[in-house]
Amino acid sequence: MTIHNQDAFLSNVAAHLGRPRRMSGVERPTWSVRPQDRVFAGYSKEELVAILKKQCKAIHTDVVEVSTAQLPKALLQAIERYEGKTIIAAHDERNTTYGLEALYEQLGEKMEVHIWDAQLGEENQQIAERADIGISFSDITLAESATVTLFNHKDNGRSISLLPKSFIAIIPKSTIVPRMTQAAQQLHTSVEKGEVTPSCVSFVSGPSNSADIEMNLIVGVHGPVQATYIVVDD
Amino acid sequence: MSIKLGDRSYQERIETGIENDFMRDAVSSAQGRFRNGRITQAAELGDWEDWRQLGSEIRTHTLENLDYYLQQLSEQVAKRGGNVYFASTAEEANAYIEKVITEKNAKKIVKSKSMVTEEIGLNQQLEKMGAEVVESDLGEWILQLDEDPPSHIVTPALHKNKAQIRKTFAEKRGYNGSDSPEELAAFAREQLRKDFLSADVGITGCNFAVAESGAITLVTNEGNARMVTALPDTQITVMGMERIVPTWEDMEVLVSLLTRAAVGQKLTSYVTSYTGARLEGEIDGPEDYHLVIVDNGRSKILGTEFQSALHCIRCAACINVCPVYRHVGGHAYNSIYPGPIGAVLTPLLDGYEDHKELPYASSLCAACTEACPVKIPLHEQLIRHRQIIVEKEKKSPVTEKIMMKGFAQWASTPAAYKLSTKLARTALKPWTKEDTIKNGPGPLKGWTNVRDFPAPAKQSFRAWWKEREKGEINHDHS
Ligand code: SF4
Repeated sequence: MTIHNQDAFLSNVAAHLGRPRRMSGVERPTWSVRPQDRVFAGYSKEELVAILKKQCKAIHTDVVEVSTAQLPKALLQAIERYEGKTIIAAHDERNTTYGLEALYEQLGEKMEVHIWDAQLGEENQQIAERADIGISFSDITLAESATVTLFNHKDNGRSISLLPKSFIAIIPKSTIVPRMTQAAQQLHTSVEKGEVTPSCVSFVSGPSNSADIEMNLIVGVHGPVQATYIVVDD
Repeated sequence: MSIKLGDRSYQERIETGIENDFMRDAVSSAQGRFRNGRITQAAELGDWEDWRQLGSEIRTHTLENLDYYLQQLSEQVAKRGGNVYFASTAEEANAYIEKVITEKNAKKIVKSKSMVTEEIGLNQQLEKMGAEVVESDLGEWILQLDEDPPSHIVTPALHKNKAQIRKTFAEKRGYNGSDSPEELAAFAREQLRKDFLSADVGITGCNFAVAESGAITLVTNEGNARMVTALPDTQITVMGMERIVPTWEDMEVLVSLLTRAAVGQKLTSYVTSYTGARLEGEIDGPEDYHLVIVDNGRSKILGTEFQSALHCIRCAACINVCPVYRHVGGHAYNSIYPGPIGAVLTPLLDGYEDHKELPYASSLCAACTEACPVKIPLHEQLIRHRQIIVEKEKKSPVTEKIMMKGFAQWASTPAAYKLSTKLARTALKPWTKEDTIKNGPGPLKGWTNVRDFPAPAKQSFRAWWKEREKGEINHDHS
């Protein structure tokens, strides 16, 4: 792919900075402070779950905590509460691990259940657009802000957590970390190892909202209007 | 639109601002709410001063090595199938984007809120070539339907009330619902969803580009930016060249500062980091990706005493604490960048000539500097601007007191005088104790601890203003 005008542009930047162009060898300094590491340092998973649950209230998100065995039932309840008729879920091996395949099969008899299928191309987007509910697993969960981190890829489209009216995130307890710091560290380490960064990392905290009309908080604008988190003790 | 909003004089704009009761109330309550949000969140985070210090160190290091990090970014984006265009001027940026759109034969373009595209006047260019451009951020969409410029960088339609919005929707889009914000938003959702699905090209700005991996991070709440980056087959990111960080770790710190300082949220509903074109087998995300990196006057600021103005992360905290912004509103600045940062940046980007009143649009109370999450010494830079303007004016044939014009002048107008008796007092009322303002929230608090700030109560606003002016002149010479 092409990069246009790079040399002239960057030489001009260097000239204004009053030195020759730096093309290599720049290291980040050691910052004098690192307050981000101190937030909830040493907290147990249980304590982090408590923080997450509390924050869920602030972001208008329902949250339940269940055992692995209870997950299919909890998911079914959430689907029923949102009166879902069309459901779209990520193609994720955890569907099998957590026994959700059976649930989806069973639900498929009375409603449209679509598991993202890269082979189908754009049809996935169309289904997501008409779906009432999108379901994804969280890859890293940030306790402080009650955020699910979604690594989007060919089996986990961005549309799932975006186009349907309701969003359900399944959060394996093992994915919970104090805050965004740990997620960023993981991404940074993966870049350093030369791994391919996902084409999209979505940090999602509850339903979409806006304060653009007279500063009133409106929950539900372009993205989902409501959201539920199911924390699974894995 | 370019950086300027129009050709009306500052005086006229200020008077319009002062006479608009709704706007002023909205500004005042928004300032209070944003400010309180920021303070609560900062307190909860703990170590706020350490966070600011860290933010400032990251920004300083990045700008000092900007050429290096931009090179890294462009290479990473190219590696991920993206095209990168370095544009020295607004014209170059627009011409490149036009070329992409022509090649794609694109008819409909959907955008998410971006200040830099406003700065370069992109929408007008695209409309000229016959494309339909849809602004999808709720506030921006309202303004677009009404052909009105934004007045605040976080909530651009702050000056409009819901009845006005209902009327706009009814006239422009046949809306026949109520003026409840939920219903208005639901209508926008339904209308814009069609645009997202049918757009040929998506255009966004950029909060933070991550140099090490080529990811572009957008910090949003409504979900429109995610639509714009997920659905159209062609996507263009336009970024001011300083909106970059070295690594994911630095991005995280600045996002934490931004969401707290801007809206008092721990994180916004969506922080989205997308990289280049979609990968093999993916359906969402663009097939064709372009990153346009814009200078447009920024490099001239590098290496000068104003370099740290480029550290700005556009959180608007300085705007939300500014007593002058509170009175005159966003449009008075005649720049897409209002408030203290606008007063610093606009003359740097667009020259002093058209904006020499701006550095006077400040009481130099330093609340902006204390609020800034990346510690830009805003009020000191305003003082430097004034010194430069005074120097320049001395050399010019019209030597006289031009420098005292502008905001000092409006303070002596009848409208400003009215403000003194009617409004200046109410605006500061919650924190007024007897005749001095004590215990102002947040930065004002730290500041009132040091010395009490005279309330504009018994003193007229005009007298108060004069006193401030005096104070600042002393400061200038100290
Ligand atoms: S100057 Fe500082 S406070 Fe003002 S918008 Fe920029 S980062 Fe925020």
